[in-house]
Amino acid sequence: MVMEYNPAIPLLRPHIDLDNQGFWEAVKQHKLVFQKCKDCGLLVHRPRPMCPRCNSTEKEWAPSSGKGKIYTWVNFVYANAAYPGIKVPYLVVVVEMEEGVRMISNMYDSRREDIYIGMPVEVVFDDIADDLTLPKFKRSAA
Amino acid sequence: MSVMRSIKNKAAIVGIGISSFSRDSQRTELRLACEAIKVALDDAGLTTEDIDGLVKQTDDASDEHAVTSSMGMGNLTYFGECRWGAAPGAMVMRAAMGVAAGAANYIVVYRAVNGSSGRRMIPSMRTSGQMSTSDLLQWTFHAPFGHMSEAGRVAMIVRRYIHEFGINSEQFGWVPVVCREHGAQNPNSMYYKKPFTIEDYRKSEMVVEPLRRLDYYEEADAAAALVVTTAERAKDLRQKAVYVLGAAQSMVPETEELNSYYRRSISGLPETAQVGKKVFSMAGVAPKDIDCVQLDDSYGPFVPMQLEELGFCGRGEGVDFCNGGNHIRSEGELPLNTSGGSLGEGHLHGMNHLIEAVRQIRGTSTAQVEDARLVLVASGAGGPASGLILGGK
Repeated sequence: MVMEYNPAIPLLRPHIDLDNQGFWEAVKQHKLVFQKCKDCGLLVHRPRPMCPRCNSTEKEWAPSSGKGKIYTWVNFVYANAAYPGIKVPYLVVVVEMEEGVRMISNMYDSRREDIYIGMPVEVVFDDIADDLTLPKFKRSAA
Repeated sequence: MSVMRSIKNKAAIVGIGISSFSRDSQRTELRLACEAIKVALDDAGLTTEDIDGLVKQTDDASDEHAVTSSMGMGNLTYFGECRWGAAPGAMVMRAAMGVAAGAANYIVVYRAVNGSSGRRMIPSMRTSGQMSTSDLLQWTFHAPFGHMSEAGRVAMIVRRYIHEFGINSEQFGWVPVVCREHGAQNPNSMYYKKPFTIEDYRKSEMVVEPLRRLDYYEEADAAAALVVTTAERAKDLRQKAVYVLGAAQSMVPETEELNSYYRRSISGLPETAQVGKKVFSMAGVAPKDIDCVQLDDSYGPFVPMQLEELGFCGRGEGVDFCNGGNHIRSEGELPLNTSGGSLGEGHLHGMNHLIEAVRQIRGTSTAQVEDARLVLVASGAGGPASGLILGGK
């Protein structure tokens, strides 16, 4: 089942700043990118102002294959402990991408019974509002 | 210039004060703070005039100047704050360093929270407008996905722990059972005289799967305070001195406010491991020497993980160690959270664990461990952490 939002509750929007805006601009264009150091090549997520390995501030946005595996997950069951703007139950996952970085996301349309650690997934872009797109995941064939 | 190599045995806790734990204190947080401090001063045989230092938890609503003006203190030469779940142990460490360095003579550490009736000091859910620090950057990549509760973050780590070590998650229930049994013996506690069994745990509903309702701390209104002074001054005071033998704080690469999903392994608590190494080395003792532990039980499943990281059992063995509860009951080989802790006494963000460690060494716990001489306190799990080894002499 597809995640459902409660239109009466404001969506939680990312706090976009100069360090992370490239990620969110790409997502809006239905592309997934990760911060890559131009000097030493280290990929990191979440974005940050400096490469944590070589301290370079020269960085670029490297396209991701969009493919990965579920690394861990939780199921928000109880409404009072979940975000009221999203109908429970909903699944939050940590996906380990092929490139090696991990990101927090949602399963776009999976049931709790169908997911497991190690499950192959691929990114899908959910335009949840005119001005907000979120990168989510669905089961991939791989 | 002399270099202070270690604060081992240089400072002692000489006074403690703690309120009862309740659903509704009917008092302001500032009043709770002042009352707890007053009890701690009376316990130590000191007056407000003696106090020249305060250490506060960053999120605590009662600012230092509000405490001093309410209580008629004010000649402070030392003050400062500690943050996150790591705060309790870190606050004592900071106070111990303050007296050992001569920056102040008698330092009060305090915390007061109407965590049940009033505003929540560590809100389970926050909006970006409530944040002004880099926590916002973490929130930015979590909250839009409906992932902004503390419990949700803990649950992510617990799922991975279950996966890697083949844990039967029903066995997590023994920590809440034992903590609530201890709480049932403590007249101050939310669980006083309330029976609680493993069946209650098994019936407990899922909240953020894999966490159940009864894996969570018990929300409460409460306050605690303690007084720290030098080892020399402690000898002249009323109570049996409880010395700081080991003290440490820890962050490691990729530590976040609470749990990191981005470091190589997320099935452990590396900050706690580092705290353990430092406090044991400083105190010159080993896990087998510890008579009693007061661990961060804000979320029960983090207790077996802390036991592992502190060296009380091997990796992946913590749940088996707690199974059945006999090892961790007050009469067992490693008594845990003997006042009830966050699960069984009430949630005061780890401060009650400090107070109980002092009681154990004084011999005044309601679940007293026979001849308790060395107590380990751990604050913070899954984020910045701290720890203490406290002992009598």
